[in-house]
Amino acid sequence: MEHTITTQKVKFKVFRFNAEEDYLPYYDDYEMEVTSEEVVLDILNRIKWDHDGSFSYRRSCRHGICGACAIKVNGRSTLACKESMNDMVELFGNELVLEPLSKKRAIKDMVIDKADFWDKHAAVTPYVVTDVDEAPEIENLVSPHDAEALDEADLCIQCGACHYACPVVEVNDDFFGPAAFAAAYRFEADVRDESESRLMDVNQMGQGVWDCVKCFECKEVCPKEIDPIGKITKLHQKLFQEGKAESNVATRHAVGFIHSIAKRGVLDEGGLVLYSEGPAIVKHLPVAFKMFTKGKIPMPWQLPKSDNMDEIKTLVKSSTTAKF
Amino acid sequence: MEKLRYALFTGCTAKQSTPEQMMSTLAVADKLGIELVELTEASCCGASHLQDYDEFLSLVLNARNIAYAEKHGLTMVTICNTCQLNTAMTKHKLDNNSELKAKVNEKLAEVGLEYKGTSQITHFLYAIIDDFGLDKIKEMVVTPLSQFNIAPFYGCHNIRPSELQNETHKTPESAYRPTSLDDLIIACGGQNVDYEEKNKCCGFHVELQAPKTAAILTGNAIAGAMDGDADWMVTPCPLCHLKLDTQTHHASEAIGREVQLPVLHMQQMLGLALGCTPAELGLKHHVAKVDFV
Repeated sequence: MEHTITTQKVKFKVFRFNAEEDYLPYYDDYEMEVTSEEVVLDILNRIKWDHDGSFSYRRSCRHGICGACAIKVNGRSTLACKESMNDMVELFGNELVLEPLSKKRAIKDMVIDKADFWDKHAAVTPYVVTDVDEAPEIENLVSPHDAEALDEADLCIQCGACHYACPVVEVNDDFFGPAAFAAAYRFEADVRDESESRLMDVNQMGQGVWDCVKCFECKEVCPKEIDPIGKITKLHQKLFQEGKAESNVATRHAVGFIHSIAKRGVLDEGGLVLYSEGPAIVKHLPVAFKMFTKGKIPMPWQLPKSDNMDEIKTLVKSSTTAKF
Repeated sequence: MEKLRYALFTGCTAKQSTPEQMMSTLAVADKLGIELVELTEASCCGASHLQDYDEFLSLVLNARNIAYAEKHGLTMVTICNTCQLNTAMTKHKLDNNSELKAKVNEKLAEVGLEYKGTSQITHFLYAIIDDFGLDKIKEMVVTPLSQFNIAPFYGCHNIRPSELQNETHKTPESAYRPTSLDDLIIACGGQNVDYEEKNKCCGFHVELQAPKTAAILTGNAIAGAMDGDADWMVTPCPLCHLKLDTQTHHASEAIGREVQLPVLHMQQMLGLALGCTPAELGLKHHVAKVDFV
């Protein structure tokens, strides 16, 4: 089949900021004929080479391996060397906004300070912890079956696309973020690893895996299809399976569903909050009162119950695999 | 057009903290001539939390819910984004992993049920758009919402992950440029408000463990809609509704700005346009008062 290269006109609004000179960022406008062969990185190159040599961005491998060139296009985290311009135009139309992954961390144009990303990466002990035999007689082999457990978490190129797309990272500087959790999972799942502390490090409230909002942004933007939220879920499960999940509001919230389902099939919403919060439930009373006055909290005798509860009770009893 | 029939999975909130959602769903279905067969046997979907503790149990319970829709030979329709995600994700996993499907069916057999994979799963929003059709909605509008700027709030679990969208919906929409709610607003005669936060997270799922994070996300969403000059917001997700409607005090404190807007369920907006009464739509059940009707 004949391959035809097409062109189309695209307007670009490009974020500009030099931390050494500018008080506020501004945007430059460019209009270009873009070909169907080009990726976003080609546009960054053309801005620098054809329009303004001072324009700055990171790039290196051009093959989706180094992770240097991630930016945002119309708010979507994108690995510039991998993302086709055709797809971007199809998604957003002919007016595209090019911005750094994080505007608040911009140093110069598309170049950001990724120190927070690397600090969080380092904080999850991103390496195998084990006693190494310095003179092994045979190779330390990992079977294909055991390697499968990594679930491709080791394909992360640390581009930061998921990290700076994460809404929690945006509002909580302490939150480890999806990339660090994917790294934590990668080494937790490694059969050679003997770390005692990594899982507990990501188990923290306020920065750990329990603060993930489950919005799937990280899965959506990952250019290597690593599914960071899937790894976060596996870390949650691992904490329970290894008996390391401390009793706190987050862990009780996950476990509370079973109690509610076994009792009524559907949730007892108030009961779930009480089980999760314990005595701290009093802080919810003002909101609960408002809801009650609007008919949003049923009385205990009005709580719904699923039909065929015997089936649900049987299944909860026979299918539960976890213990808390 | 043949009468549309669905197996209705209500989820938990429609029977408790958002009774108005149940009322408005039934009212709208009645107006549109859609028959809903309520799955009264269904259990909670696990709401994206149960699987953190016990993934297998979560799959078994969701498979049981779908098995009941299959018994009716109907497409399951959900009215909660998170129910939609958990149910559709279970279907995806079981339909693509015969070993897992067999394990789940082994459990379901204990109660005389089987998951076959024959029922589709869709959200009421998409049933209306894909099956009923926006053109027909436009024809049926008796009270156009033309005086209102309405801010759509999509909620994460209807639009992400895209791969699930792509296989679940007849006309999948972009996670970054969703259109379904905007299209429905326009079909109802309203003006849709475009704002950055419309496809962002409301923070519901960390309300208990990370209240500050949750409050900031809620506050930003309402503030975005207010800055877009919205008169009110609309959402297809009762969990987003709960955050946006009931948590405005915390949200205002968290972002240092007073934020509040009426937040309607998608069904309530449609119901208003179709001529349902405020009582039928349960508009008195909102914390942020709906005082424009």
